[in-house]
Parts: sequence; structure tokens; C-alpha cells
Amino acid sequence: MMQAEPAARLDAVTHRYGRVTALDALTLAIPAGRMIGVIGPDGVGKSTLLALIAGVRRIQQGSVHALGGDLGVKAQREARRGRIAYMPQGLGRNLYPTLSVFENIDFHARLFGQDAAERRGRIDELLRATGLDPFEGRPAAKLSGGMKQKLSLCCALIHDPDLLVLDEPTTGVDPLSRGQFWDLIDTIRARRPGMSVIVATAYMEEAERFDWLVAMDEGKAIATGTPAELREKAGQATLEAAFVALLPEAKRAQHREVVLRPRTASDDATPAIEAEGLTRRFGDFVAVDHVSFRIGRGEIFGFLGSNGCGKSTTMKMLTGLLPASEGTAKLFGQPLAADDMETRRNVGYMSQAFSLYSELTVRQNLLLHAELYHLKPAEIPGRIAELLSRFDLADVADERPESLPLGIRQRLQLAVAVLHRPAMLILDEPTSGVDPIARDAFWRTLIDLSRDDGVTIFLSTHFMNEAERCDRISFMHAGKVLAVGTPQELAAQRGGGTLEDAFVAYLKEASGIEDAPEEPVPAAAETTQPAAPARRFDPRRLWACARRETMELLRDPIRLSFAFLGPLLLMLAFGFGISFDVEKLKFAAFDQDNSMESRQLIEAFSSSRYFDEQAPIRSAGELDRRMRSGELQLALEIPPSFGRDLMSGRLPEMSVWLDGAMPFRAETTRGYVTGLATQYAQGFAADHAASSHAPAAVTVETRFRYNQDFKSANAMVPSVIMLMLIVIPAIMSAIGVVREKETGSIANFRSTPISRFEFLFGKQLPYIAVAMGSFVMLVLIALFVFGVPIKGSAWVLALATLLYVSATTGFGQLVSSFTRTQVSAVFATAILSIIPAINFSGLMVPVASLSGGGRIIGMSLPPAWYQPVSVGVFTKGLGAAELWPNLAMLTFFFLLFLVVAQFALRKQEA
Amino acid sequence: MAGLVIHLQNILRLVVKELRSIRADPVMLLLVVYAFSFAVYTVATGVKLEARDLTIGIVDEDRSEFSRTLLGAFGPPLFKISKRIAPGEIDSEMDSGRLVFVLEVPPNFQADLQAGRQTSLQLNIDATAMTQAGNGAVYIQQIVAQEIANLQAGRETTTALPINLVVRARFNPNLDSGWFSSVMQVLNNVTLLTIILTGAALIREREQGTVEHLLVMPVTPVEIMLAKMLANTLVILVAAVASLVLVVEGALGVPIAGSLPLFVLGTAIYAFTVAALGILLGTLATTMGQFGLLAIPVFVVTQLLSGATTPMESMPVWLQWTMRTLSPTPHFVAFSQGVLYRGAGLDVVWPEIAKIAAICAAYFAFALARFRKVIFT
Repeated sequence: MMQAEPAARLDAVTHRYGRVTALDALTLAIPAGRMIGVIGPDGVGKSTLLALIAGVRRIQQGSVHALGGDLGVKAQREARRGRIAYMPQGLGRNLYPTLSVFENIDFHARLFGQDAAERRGRIDELLRATGLDPFEGRPAAKLSGGMKQKLSLCCALIHDPDLLVLDEPTTGVDPLSRGQFWDLIDTIRARRPGMSVIVATAYMEEAERFDWLVAMDEGKAIATGTPAELREKAGQATLEAAFVALLPEAKRAQHREVVLRPRTASDDATPAIEAEGLTRRFGDFVAVDHVSFRIGRGEIFGFLGSNGCGKSTTMKMLTGLLPASEGTAKLFGQPLAADDMETRRNVGYMSQAFSLYSELTVRQNLLLHAELYHLKPAEIPGRIAELLSRFDLADVADERPESLPLGIRQRLQLAVAVLHRPAMLILDEPTSGVDPIARDAFWRTLIDLSRDDGVTIFLSTHFMNEAERCDRISFMHAGKVLAVGTPQELAAQRGGGTLEDAFVAYLKEASGIEDAPEEPVPAAAETTQPAAPARRFDPRRLWACARRETMELLRDPIRLSFAFLGPLLLMLAFGFGISFDVEKLKFAAFDQDNSMESRQLIEAFSSSRYFDEQAPIRSAGELDRRMRSGELQLALEIPPSFGRDLMSGRLPEMSVWLDGAMPFRAETTRGYVTGLATQYAQGFAADHAASSHAPAAVTVETRFRYNQDFKSANAMVPSVIMLMLIVIPAIMSAIGVVREKETGSIANFRSTPISRFEFLFGKQLPYIAVAMGSFVMLVLIALFVFGVPIKGSAWVLALATLLYVSATTGFGQLVSSFTRTQVSAVFATAILSIIPAINFSGLMVPVASLSGGGRIIGMSLPPAWYQPVSVGVFTKGLGAAELWPNLAMLTFFFLLFLVVAQFALRKQEA
Repeated sequence: MAGLVIHLQNILRLVVKELRSIRADPVMLLLVVYAFSFAVYTVATGVKLEARDLTIGIVDEDRSEFSRTLLGAFGPPLFKISKRIAPGEIDSEMDSGRLVFVLEVPPNFQADLQAGRQTSLQLNIDATAMTQAGNGAVYIQQIVAQEIANLQAGRETTTALPINLVVRARFNPNLDSGWFSSVMQVLNNVTLLTIILTGAALIREREQGTVEHLLVMPVTPVEIMLAKMLANTLVILVAAVASLVLVVEGALGVPIAGSLPLFVLGTAIYAFTVAALGILLGTLATTMGQFGLLAIPVFVVTQLLSGATTPMESMPVWLQWTMRTLSPTPHFVAFSQGVLYRGAGLDVVWPEIAKIAAICAAYFAFALARFRKVIFT
């Protein structure tokens, strides 16, 4: 059964991120058919190593072979994809939170082209094995951390991989779930003995149960072998100690044993924290259920419990971040009030996730907190210097936390929490994800604070060796406290085993799990034939992608309402709002003549629907003031002798003042004024035939084509449809890809046989469908709200729209292939699509009138080609005979964007 | 009293923090600089809403001296394309949008004209080209009238009208649309970027969990929110004034008629109002992506229906009323047009400022209520 060939082989592999070297000329052969552990502190290159073996990261230098194939060669890499499974770091990172447990696994099964019966069978089997079967319909977002990881594992195992790569699968998971997770792996390995498993982990206790270990430091393997071999080599009893001993001299020197000093008994009458029946509900869900405990001054009190058991919620209630639904909490004898600034000065808090400003430097973060706690200005520089040296942060004082390893960031958080010398620290999983050496250093500081400064410390942790260092601990499960006591007492209460055994026993009892109802797994279930090489194009994978995207979209109310209400709202706003109909212009006359002729002239203006007469103007100063205030858009100034001069043919002057603030309006007004004055004069001439002015012999008959009433809506609505069908679909699809990059589910694209075309086009399909739905809605609004009829071929319009939205959604995907965050994708798409669509695509100005850059930009994007179709079919009665070049160009854009996006989206991470 | 000083001190410190955060985000800064410089310039110079670069075709069935002169009269800059076309080409040229105007000159036109016989020209207009059709038709008619007058000049020299009509545009004598669009672009940027910066600042804190950290410190939610609004208002204000002075007045040569300090005052109040809107949107969305999806329609609607694109009076009355009640933007546009173009003083524009302030109070109260609600969950 044992293959001679290693599961993975690395030769002189070097990998850098900017100036940081993650892997340094690493050469390693990983034996097949075994359970391999990769151990070491944060930032030593464990994740990079695993990603390279899984083929999701591009090899920079050296060569990587896995399952006998050179991963540097595309064909060999693609052929191995179906046999490797990869689970990235982070709880449920590759899951789709709105999809149910079943749907998540089902999606992965579809990616491997399994048919309905096979999927159902495999999923049932995996769900039973992991104990997830009662939760089949629950959305992944609502699972606890341990369940998420089991679900991720199910997704990874759906296609019976030969190599399973797990990156810290149990970090942040409670001991009970951790145990279940590894039991599950053992069961599966028993069934498929040929499968190799490579795991990175920060828990040394876990590493004890692996077959073979790689200990890493600074991008190099410092030791390999079985756990026993490593312990023996270092001459230490535990793996944790052995690892420290194997480190290079310089690093080892930093490490000192954590010595727990006894607490100087100062049993004050008033405890530091006193919680009585503390309860917190979120809707129906009871997160914390009548929790009571007391913590003495200067005590280190530990909270242990599974994920989502209410530890963080309890801590937040004690800091005043969350109001309690029921019960009381007293800090130093004082009841906790929400706006009590005094208690806040007494408490230092560290939240579970890093919650300092990553855009401010270490020093700026400390300074901000010092100032907000109103430390005396003279005292601040000294205190910051003191903290920088005490927490060993002086070297990184002017760096931004985002570039620092987790361990250092946690030290910074602690420095901030103690900055104002609080009497109490509330620390929510302060060491989660921190490597052993950094954790020990952290604990030495905590012990100093407690023993030397008498600070009360209330913390939560998943690490049992940390729990053992607490004065007292409490086990928590499902919102309830199960037990409180010293670590020794609690361990003794449950059969005198280790603290971990006691904890697991309590948890099992509380959650009603019986021991040893081992799932009778048929050992001979190995029915799978070697996976057939994946096809280059498989419509089932494409459909899997389209289907999943659709489900996610349907479950996201904000995106869904943007997709449907967005166009509706914008169409109404544009249709009513963008109007070039200039009417009801406010005008007033400064009539210095007051003759019959002058009144007739003013009458000519006020009787026109274009003008709206206001109170007359009395003085030149008033004319100036009223125009300046914007009240008047037009002022007529008639000189004193107007009537007399007119009658005697002396060509009296009439001045018209326009408000030029809005040039388009002024220009149109000028046209109206000229027309009215001409009419008036002609009428005057006709009435006074004695005058020598003959009517003009020529008339210019104007014929408004396509839009006889010259209504803005008829012209604007078809163009607005063009605008709506690029802006909204492009933004929607731009979100689609980049969201996966942000949430991490892009890993599924990288680690499975799905091709770039299947991924992109599959994700595009639902957005094309949504856009076509919007199109129907927009056409209905055009017909019934704005009364714009379709004069030409509706089929040509529908076909052109299909091509157009295929191109515009493709444009969005192209943008999101380049961008990294959702917000930049949204704004980049908006700016790149809105500006050309409004300005250079015939909405405002006909494309034929554009020249230079504007014309080139306009012609090289789809809107300028679709606008003539929309306007042509709606108002000009055109069909395919006239519009075929536009249809051809839209097809071209659709294909172009799809192809370019495929080049831009890399299957492997850099 | 001491409490107030502490509040003010806290706000000041948080403002400094916000400014540092903005400085640390080069992408956003680049976006601000781009929007207030390059974008203002290209929009002002690129898109002309006044009738120019028109396209006209002449169906010349007269083939006379006059019809040739007429073709020559349709030249740049008013016309980009003027060409002779065959009668059968009218439909295809206009259907495709290559020509917006087609003038048909009938046979014997010049002869009829000179003989004093009643005759007519037909002008076909593509009325879907809204910005050009109406005004372009007026210009074409004027040109035709002028050419006819020239033709008849030998016999008749006086003007056709018994009135000497003098039309002057105030505040923008040449009706250069760049004057309008450049300033309006600055106003649009104030709206767009204030919403984005403020909302993004809030979402970033919520996503990174830093707001949680602020709340355990002795600062109140009002202080946190005010600091965000003030810092972003300040950045936008500086950018807007710089853009107005350097780009609009400097590079584009648009004269600014009114008082700059008055404009700064109004813009500060307006930007602060929009910052409250940004906070409000930031509390409705939970992720940056959602925020973007919310912010874009809100921005587009407020901008389009504000009078900064097309005249407010052209909108249906109910819509004007709705927008003037719900949005501060129409008042800000009216205020800015008054101050910047017409040189209006505080005595004239104070009602607009008062209306912005009233809407600001409502936005602020609503945003604060939402802000308190979401940051504690």
C-alpha cells in the first residue's frame, strides 16, 4: 500500500512577499499515506508551504511536486487538481455563509461533476460521519466555529482526494470540537489508508498525534521526524518544550519559563467583578443565560468554553459595550451603567479580533489612547516610552500594525489596554493564533501585572496550558456556567485526569453526548475508482457556479434590492429629472414707458407657456437685486419712449437680460425671446400696414422627426435604459468576483478543477438574467409611466439588450478581476462606466458631434453602440436591417471582456 | 462647563485620528485629488451642452449660387459636419444618428426668392437629440434668414424688425457651458466624496472592530460621530476650495463673482449635512460592498434632481417639492449659483443656508439615533 514516491517534494523553494522571505531555499520530501504536521510560530512560512503544495499559489523559485506531478507545469498541475483538496486558514473561510450545510457540500460535489444520486449518497455519508446531519438545512453563517470546520472538511473530502491539505483547521476551536475533528480525520484515514494529510497547526498537543512532523522556523525546516524522534532529539518531555529547544540559539534565549507566583491574599470585601444572573438575549436566542460569578481583586480568572458559548457576550456586558437584558453586574462594588465614564477608566479591554487602528502607527495608537484617557500631557511621552520598552515594541514604534505579526499586535493591544493603569483587564482570547514563545512572553506580563500591580485579569482562552495558569477558571457552555473553581479542583472533580479531560467531560455532559457511539463506518467503503482526469470544459461545473451565485444573490436583500429597485428608482429620477424642456421661466418687466405698446409687448411674453410673469420691476437697482438672487431668469427693460418711438418707426431699443448662470437654459430662453419678439413685431407690422415692413417671403418649415411633440421623455427614456443597463449590472457583477476574494471562498476556485471560463461565465449568468429582468421592467415603465411607445422591432431590441448586458456584466467582471476590495470594485466600476455612458454615448450629446478623446472613449465601450439601438427601436422605428452593425459590435464587446477577464483572473495566487 | 471642555478635547483628538486615517489611505486621497482636479477639468472642457458641433446635411435641389452659399454658411464652430446629401439619403443619415439636421432646398428656390414669390425651406430635425434640436433649429433659422437678407441686400437694407432687440446674458455673457459644468462638478464632488469618505470611515471602524475599542474608552458616541463628520468635512472643504481657486478660476479661467468666505461657510454647512447622510448610510450597510451599492443610487438621485444638471423648474412640481424637503442639495446648488455666478451676498442667500441647516439638524438627529443603535450591537 505504501507508495515509494513521496506525497509532496520541494526542491530549493524560495518564496518572497515584497521584502519578506516566507520560504528560504526549502528542500523537503513529505512521505505519502501519512498524517503530516507542520508546526512552528506565526509567520514562518507554514501557510505558504501548504498553499504551494496545494497548487493555489504560484511557484516563484525552485520546484514543487505533489502526487508525482510537477506543479510548475500547468498541464500536470491541472491534472492533479481533482486529487488534492485544500482547506484554507480561518474559520469557514471557503464556505458560503448564506448557503446551508447541504448546499455548501453540494456545490463542491457539483464542481467535481458528480451526478445527483452520487452527490446525495456521499453528502449523507459525510454528514453522518461528522454529526452534521441534524443541521443539514442550517446556513453556514449560523454554525459554531467547530461545526464550520467540520463542514469545510466535508467539502474538501467530497471527491475522495489523495492528498488533503489543511491549514490550521482547529485554530480558535474549542477542545471538544477539536477532538471530534481529529477523530473524524482518523476515521476517514482508516477508510482510505492511501490518503496523505498535511496539517499546519499551532497546538503542540495536537501535533503529538501526527505520524510525522516538520518543525519550521524562518522559512526553513529545522527538524523533521516522528513526534517521538523530535522529543528525543531535543531531549525534552513535551513537544512544546522540544520545539523551543530546537530553535536556533538566539531565539531560544528570548524564551523563559512562565513562573506562576502565588497570589498575595488580599481578600477584599468588595470583589472586583460581581455578576448576578447576567442574561443577554438576541431576539429568541439566549446568548448568556443567568450567569453569576465573582472575581476577587488581583485574581487571574479564566473563561473556557466552545465557540459561541457566550464568553465574548459576557465580557462585552462587563465592559458596558452591550446592555444586559437581565441581571446585574458590579465592578468594584459599583453597579455598571452604560454611560459611566469613571468605570471605563478603571477597565482595560482587549477584544477577540485585533481592534486597533491598523492605519495608525504603533506610537500613534498609544498616543491616541493616552489622550482619550486624558493622561496629563506631561506624563504621556514618558508613559508611552515605558510601555514601548516593557512590551518590547520599541523597534516597531513607527510601523503600522497591519504589517506586524499577530504576536506583536497582541502585545500592542495589551499595551493599549494597560496604558491608563486600569485596575482591571478584560481580555477576550488574547492569545488566539499566537505562537508558543509569544504566548509565554505574554503570560509573563500578565502575571507581573497581577502579582506586582494587583491588576484583576479576566480572560478567555482555548489553550489548556493557559487555563492551568489561572487562579480560578470557569467552564461555559451554551450561555451557562458549568463549573467554577481552581484548575486543580476542577481536574480532580472529574476523575483526576488532566484539565482538558475534565473540560471535555463537562462539555459532553452539558451537550448530551454519550461516549463511544462510534459510527459504524464500513471499512471496505472504498469504492471509488481513480478520479477520471477533469475535462477542460464541463457544463456541470459552469452550472454549479451559476446556481450557487443565484442562491447567494437571492439571499442578500441589499444586493437584490439594488438589482431591482436601483434601476426602477434611477429610471424614475432620470425620466422626470433630466428634462431639457425649458418652461415657466420667471420673468419680470421694468417698464419705464407704460404705454399701450409696451404693455402689449409684455402681454406677448406673459401669455406664452414658456414664461411666468412676476411682479413688475420698479428700479434699475431692483432689477439687479432680483436677478442676483436668482428669483428672475429673465428681465425685460423697456425704455421710456418705447411706444412713441415704435409708432414713429424710430427703432426703439428693448433690452432683455438673461440669467446666464445655467447656460443651456439661457440659450434656450434666448431662442424663445427672439421668436416672441419677431412674432410681436410681425403682428405689429401687420396691424400697422402703413409701416414699410413687409412680411418675409420665405418660411422655414421645421419638422421634428421621431419625437413630434419634442418631449424630453421620448428622447431621454431610451437613453436612460442604456445607462441603467450598464451601471447596475456592471456593479453587480463586479461585486460578484471580488467578494469571493474578500471572504476567501476564491480558494475554491483556485483549488478545484473549475476553469476560469466556467467560473466567470457561470457567475455572470445570473447577473445577465437579473439585467434582462430589469430591462423588462424598464420597458414597462417607458411604455406606461412615460408613455414612450416602441415603434420598431421589439425582438431586435431584446436581442441587442441581451448582448449589451452580457457585455456590461462582463465589463464588471473584468474590473473585479483587477480590483482587490469590494469598495474599490464598486467605485472603479461606477466611475469607469458612468462617466463615458453619460457623456460620450449619446445621452447628452449625439456621438456624431463628439470629437477627439471623448469620441474615442465613447466608441470603445458598449454604451455608444447600444444607445442607437435603444433610441432607434423606440423612437425611429428601426429594425435589424439598419442596426446589424451595432449588434455585431455588442457581440464583439461581450467576447472581448470575457476573454480579457480570463487573462486578468489568475488561477494561482502570487 | 468642565464637561464641555472634555467633550471638545475628545472631539479634537478624534478629529486628529480621523485625519491620520485619511492620510494613510492613498487610494481614497488619490480619488479625492482626481475628482477635484482632472475630472472637473475634463467635464468642463469635454462636454458642451450648448448647441455646437452640430451635424447638418443639405438636400440641394436648387443647385444655385444661393444654395452653395448656404452650405458654406454652416461652418465651424457651430457646425462640425455640413455636407450635401441626396434626397434618398435623408432617412438613413438621420436614422443612424450621423446627421441631426437636414435642410431641404427646393428646386428654383433662388429664382423664386428673387422674383419675390412665396417659397419655403424644410428643416428636418432629429428631436431625440434634446440638447441640440431646439437651440440648433433656432440658429439654423437665423443663419438662413441672414443669408436671405444678404441675398436681398441690394434692395432692402433695414432690419426686418421694428424693434432693436438687445439680448444680454448676465453672469456668463458668452453662455459658456464650461463655466456652469466646472462649478457644478465641484459641487457634485462635494456631495459624492463626503458621502463616501464619511460612510467608509464608519464602515471601516465597524468592520475592523475598532469602534468597539473606542466605546470602552471614556468617549461618547456623539463625540465619535462628530469627529468623523468634522474631519471629513474639513478635508472636502479644503479640496473644494482648492479646486475652485486652482482649477475652476485658475486653469479654466472662470471668474468667481462672489465672496469666497461666504462660499466656504455654506459649503462647510452643506458638507457637514452630507457627512451625516454618509454616517446614516454607513449604519444601514454592514459591509463596504453594501455601502457602495446604497451610496450610488442615493448620490445619483440627489445630484440629478438638484438643479446641478438640468433646471429645477423643468421637474414636475411634486418632485421639486419632495427634493427640496428631503435633500439639502437643491438648496446648496441654488446657494452656490447665487454666490459664485451672481455675486449674491449673505443678505440674499441666507434663506438657502437656513434651509440647509434645518435639513442638517434632521439628518444629524436621525444619523445619531441609528449610530447609537448599530454600534452597540
